[in-house]
Amino acid sequence: MSIDLSQFHQVFFEESFEGLDVMESELLELSPDSVDDETVNTIFRAAHSIKGGAGTFGFMQISEFTHEVETLLDEIRAGQRALEQLHVDLFLQSVDCLRAMMTALNEGSEPETARADELKLQLKAILHGEAEAAEGDSNDASEATTGGSERAGWKVRFIPDADVLRTGNEPFRMFRELEGVAPNGIKVMVNESELPEFANLNPEECRLSWTITVMGDIEQSDIQTVFEWVEDDCDIDYIALDADGQALESGAEAKADAAEASAEAAVAPEPVAAPAAVAEPANSEAAQSESVKVEPAKPAAAKAEPAKAKAKPNRGGDQSSIRVSIDKVDSLINMVGELVITQSMLGQLGQDFDISRMGRLLEGLSQLEQNTRELQESVMKIRMMPISFAFSRFPRLVRDLGNQLGKKVNLVMQGENTELDKTVMEKIGDPLVHLVRNSLDHGLETTAKRIETGKDESGTITLNAFHQGGNIVIEVKDDGAGLNEERILNKAIERGLVAANANLTPEEIHQLIFLPGFSTADQVSDISGRGVGMDVVRRNINELNGTIEVKSQKGTGSTFVIRLPLTLAILDGQLVEVCNQTYIFPLVSIVESIQLQKQTLNNISGSQPVMKLRDEYIPIIRLDQVFNLRPLEEEVEEAMLVVVEGDNEKIGIVVDDLLGQQQVVIKSLEQNYQRVSGVSGATILGDGTVALIIDISGIGKKVDGRAAAIPGSEQAA
Amino acid sequence: MASILAVDDSASMRQMVSFTLKGAGFDVKEACDGVEALAEAKRGKFDLVLSDVNMPNMNGIEFCKELRQLPDYKFTPVLMLTTESAGDMKMQGKQAGATGWIVKPFNPEQLLSTIKRVLG
Repeated sequence: MSIDLSQFHQVFFEESFEGLDVMESELLELSPDSVDDETVNTIFRAAHSIKGGAGTFGFMQISEFTHEVETLLDEIRAGQRALEQLHVDLFLQSVDCLRAMMTALNEGSEPETARADELKLQLKAILHGEAEAAEGDSNDASEATTGGSERAGWKVRFIPDADVLRTGNEPFRMFRELEGVAPNGIKVMVNESELPEFANLNPEECRLSWTITVMGDIEQSDIQTVFEWVEDDCDIDYIALDADGQALESGAEAKADAAEASAEAAVAPEPVAAPAAVAEPANSEAAQSESVKVEPAKPAAAKAEPAKAKAKPNRGGDQSSIRVSIDKVDSLINMVGELVITQSMLGQLGQDFDISRMGRLLEGLSQLEQNTRELQESVMKIRMMPISFAFSRFPRLVRDLGNQLGKKVNLVMQGENTELDKTVMEKIGDPLVHLVRNSLDHGLETTAKRIETGKDESGTITLNAFHQGGNIVIEVKDDGAGLNEERILNKAIERGLVAANANLTPEEIHQLIFLPGFSTADQVSDISGRGVGMDVVRRNINELNGTIEVKSQKGTGSTFVIRLPLTLAILDGQLVEVCNQTYIFPLVSIVESIQLQKQTLNNISGSQPVMKLRDEYIPIIRLDQVFNLRPLEEEVEEAMLVVVEGDNEKIGIVVDDLLGQQQVVIKSLEQNYQRVSGVSGATILGDGTVALIIDISGIGKKVDGRAAAIPGSEQAA
Repeated sequence: MASILAVDDSASMRQMVSFTLKGAGFDVKEACDGVEALAEAKRGKFDLVLSDVNMPNMNGIEFCKELRQLPDYKFTPVLMLTTESAGDMKMQGKQAGATGWIVKPFNPEQLLSTIKRVLG
């Protein structure tokens, strides 16, 4: 029977990555000062499983490397070796190394083993000199080496331990197996001399012993394999026989055996079955006397290991899948059931409808509406995962970075169970990393400086997530020095981002860090200076229809607040009308809507109309022009101006009318048609018509430098 | 056909064991730790139990001890899935009442030939 083991690889990789995550997070909990046994155990178990699986599924590089890790862990676990910080660091590096190797294997390429070899050497260096007694005990060196050619069989004297049956070892099965390996069959002779009087017979004990003659030339090790599981407790002698049934290595004992053997009849193994059969009925009785010890699982042991129970983000390359908890699926099935009931109810009603049943129809329809809403919510929930997946990398990151920068940092994570759409989660990971790096590098002061200013010497970075009205809010907060307004302003002036004489409020200065090409570090450091600025962070977040803002207080720290929609599949939209067409603006980007007043329009920069809105000038875009819906000259009466903010820039968009607000399901234009600049997607409205969803920052770019003059604006200028 | 309880905290091992055994015509139930396995054992009657040693909540050794206390499993073969590095595990397993062991890593063929030793 051959089984293709590769079908289990995907599962193996998934659980191994999960195991590595567990190892990593538990390792971070571990400190040499306080070694928690359960933590070490959990780490050991994860390593052990990875090793076992890798060996089974043929990933020898992984298995060999993990073996070293496991051995060291085992020594620590068994208390043979005290945990040192060095070990923790080495383990963490090993986790990284294993992860890289397994990622390569998962993608079907050959893993890089140089790093593993190096780590293996380091692990071995630690282990060096320790006796690894656990290994190499599989085969006794005492194996008799008898002359091969003249050997014609074996005589095995088997005196089992009285308790042999209680371990589930049944002599009968061993004889059967022996029969299978013996070239010319076996003869079994039972010795019942030790059997007690019937009255004293304990059917659960094995008082019989046997002499088995194995006929044919086989190796002693083949016979030993059969008795492998009992050889430690039972008395077993092996005597090689020649063709005449005489012991090859004669001795007093062997001769006595030979005499016995000659008297022996060829007995089939049946007699052995008897004690077992007797044992069966006795079971219940015997069990009763012992039932005091039958106890259910220890309550303490019943606590589920949280790390195991939770689903994990799939890292397995392209084929993206999510694990959904059974609860969510069950609730879906429930709701579909409800929907079917409603449907059949409405169906019945429709068959012979009469206006007098209007009430029931409305009732049914409202039920249908409720079912649909609940179903929609449940389906959305499938994509929802706790933000702990995005947060989980930070303990490690903060630890490593803190070490690198020589800063003491506490990481506090709150609201880890806040759920978020999987796609949003994947896309928010990098911006979050950037923010945390930034807070650590620029936000927190050096330890010396903190002590100087009377702060706790270790800084605190807080990650917090919570839901707030249809949005998820993620905060990255540090208790560092706060943004240095003076330096930011100087830098911005230096780079020509603001005018030298600009008079900005502190809040406005804070916003400057989001401008393209801004870095406040005096020298570009290893940590943050990666060519990615806050502008990229902001852009990434804007792409998710989210916003980011910063609050900072000098001396007490800064907080970055990210607001994201819970999902990318549904959008809170403002419906607007232009030339009898409906368009949708993301509600989150709308600042205000006002009646358009032509006299406030100006045309300063040539053709681009702008409008003075309170103290600032904002560019004006006519949506009807962008989509070529109306000749330019045509006058617009009673137009509305929707002021929106995209890319930290306000623009005014002229539309004919504002319609309602509603949640819309986003359909991709790219998948169904092609990418259209200025449009982020489409949706289908209640009446079946398609409405385009406006991409606010995209539309701003689309009209950049393009004339979109508003008729009549010249005279106002 | 004989029914087998396969206990392992690793999903891939469980799947492999289960797939192999089912392919050979056995009835297989899976459990992911000792606690679950014990509950499963009480619910049904198995002719053979295969258990990993290192598991959360209740490890294979404890599980084996508990299982042997159950009247239905006094004589049922229990095979531990161990690694070669765990030498004294074999002793511990025996003391807990395990019948024998299968050394990891093993392939499906080895698994089948080993369990045939204790079934029937």
